[in-house]
Amino acid sequence: MNAIPQPINPAKLVARQQVALQDADWVRWSLIAIAVSFISLFICLPLGLVIFQAFSKGIVAYWSALSQADTLAAINLTLLTALVTVPLNTVFGVAAAWAITRFDFKGKSLLTTLIDLPFSVSPVISGLIFVLLFGAEGWFGEWLMAHDVKIIFAVPGIILATLFITFPFVARQLIPLMQEMGTQEEEAALSLGAGGWKTFWAVTIPNVKWALLYGVLLCNARAMGEFGAVSVVSGHIRGLTNTLPLHVEVNYNDYNIVGAFASASILAALAVVTLILKSALEWKQGNR
Amino acid sequence: MSQRSIMPGFRPSLGFTVIYLSLVVLIPLSTLVFKSFELNWHDYVGIITNKRVLSSFRVSFSTALVAALIASFFGFITAWVLVRYSFIGKRFFHALIDFPFALPTAVAGIVLATIFQPSGFLGKLLIDTFGVQVAFKPLGIVMALIFISIPFVVRTVEPVLLEFESNMEEAASSLGATRLQVFSKIIFPNVFPALLTGFALAFARGVGEYGSVIFIAGNIPYISEIVPLLIVTKLEQYDEVGATAIALTMLVISFVLLLLINVLQLWVRKRSGQL
Repeated sequence: MNAIPQPINPAKLVARQQVALQDADWVRWSLIAIAVSFISLFICLPLGLVIFQAFSKGIVAYWSALSQADTLAAINLTLLTALVTVPLNTVFGVAAAWAITRFDFKGKSLLTTLIDLPFSVSPVISGLIFVLLFGAEGWFGEWLMAHDVKIIFAVPGIILATLFITFPFVARQLIPLMQEMGTQEEEAALSLGAGGWKTFWAVTIPNVKWALLYGVLLCNARAMGEFGAVSVVSGHIRGLTNTLPLHVEVNYNDYNIVGAFASASILAALAVVTLILKSALEWKQGNR
Repeated sequence: MSQRSIMPGFRPSLGFTVIYLSLVVLIPLSTLVFKSFELNWHDYVGIITNKRVLSSFRVSFSTALVAALIASFFGFITAWVLVRYSFIGKRFFHALIDFPFALPTAVAGIVLATIFQPSGFLGKLLIDTFGVQVAFKPLGIVMALIFISIPFVVRTVEPVLLEFESNMEEAASSLGATRLQVFSKIIFPNVFPALLTGFALAFARGVGEYGSVIFIAGNIPYISEIVPLLIVTKLEQYDEVGATAIALTMLVISFVLLLLINVLQLWVRKRSGQL
């Protein structure tokens, strides 16, 4: 239910323009004005402000904020988190899409619903459940303490919470597409004697590569940008367990506005790059 | 039972899916239920009916409701404009709609707080001209949640508007219906279920939202403190049972509300003959 709705292809929008332009001019222009002001106020203004604030004290202050040891550590941790979680959830997404779209079995719709579950849970609750598992009072708390393994307030906790949050992204992109594609091409390859893996790499993957890439892109953006869940399990130890979004928060609460916005600008740039790649992928898919 | 099929890899792919799902999602989530067993009914009621907890529930659900309503209204107009009209910069605006999805919530939070704080660009303007303070008030939470909600509404309504057959419109207007009648009797009833879905998605996201809200909200107990923040506060005080009780209650209320919206949607679809 609580899945992220799919954007439609911008190529289709062009085709539709000609059809229904029957609204009176004043209606058309006032609606355009309302929509453009709304989007400008709520989207363009925030985007512009990140860039403005980051450079408000000049480029030198920007660079010195970014080259601080704590900032670099935060960038490293953010990259590490994405590097672990994105491949794992990608492998899962492909396996889940294969099982769900290529076979019929009992409980299939339940499985599909369960995969979406992390989308409908508040980020804070996503962090809380890992504290309940691995925290000092948690199920495995005593055992972990006895063996001197730290998960909560340490890097493994951050990775686990991010794994949970970004769990559905790749699967969600692949399942509808592979459902629509059907199995004919794969069956043809198999009946001509290709092996299972060969069929998968030579037939399935080329057919779904754009959707797969798109899913990986969204998964990565969320993995690098997650705040609520990570904030609960991290413990905010500077230089050790602060990811980039947490580093933004710490700086902001310390009234280090340039530092906060310098780190924020990296994340905003990541968001913009994600959007550009996404639009490019949509065009690629649409023009196929 | 698996279908007899020449497709390979049923057991390994399903096996991996189920095991990974259990490890990453199901087992962690189940702790919420098991932890709540440590609580008897009396203690639970005591935690939930605490005045500060009740206030935070009121703040979270009311701001999410108002924000989802406002976002649905403007999001509908935005989707309409993007699908049916052409204007300069349309492609650019279309791509921007997803920005709130892509922007990390902490960044959205400090940006919105900076814009709407009393000394900020819009905050100052609103105080000087209307005497309205946005930041550190429930209104600030609404602003943050509108930002978060935009793509949910626009991206759910857009495809339905796009697929909508214009020949129904043409038939209606050739039979003498005014433009307004065509919209209210033909177009809107067809798009309404999708709008309802977008509203529900936005509302559900808004209730649980944390990062984009806490900076602008000011987090004043009884006034602008949201439920997710209270969960974090309880955890910082090592009150895991309290945090769990609040979290579980929030989840259950959200699911019940989503269920009600689903039922309403079904009813609307039946009534307008789409089912």
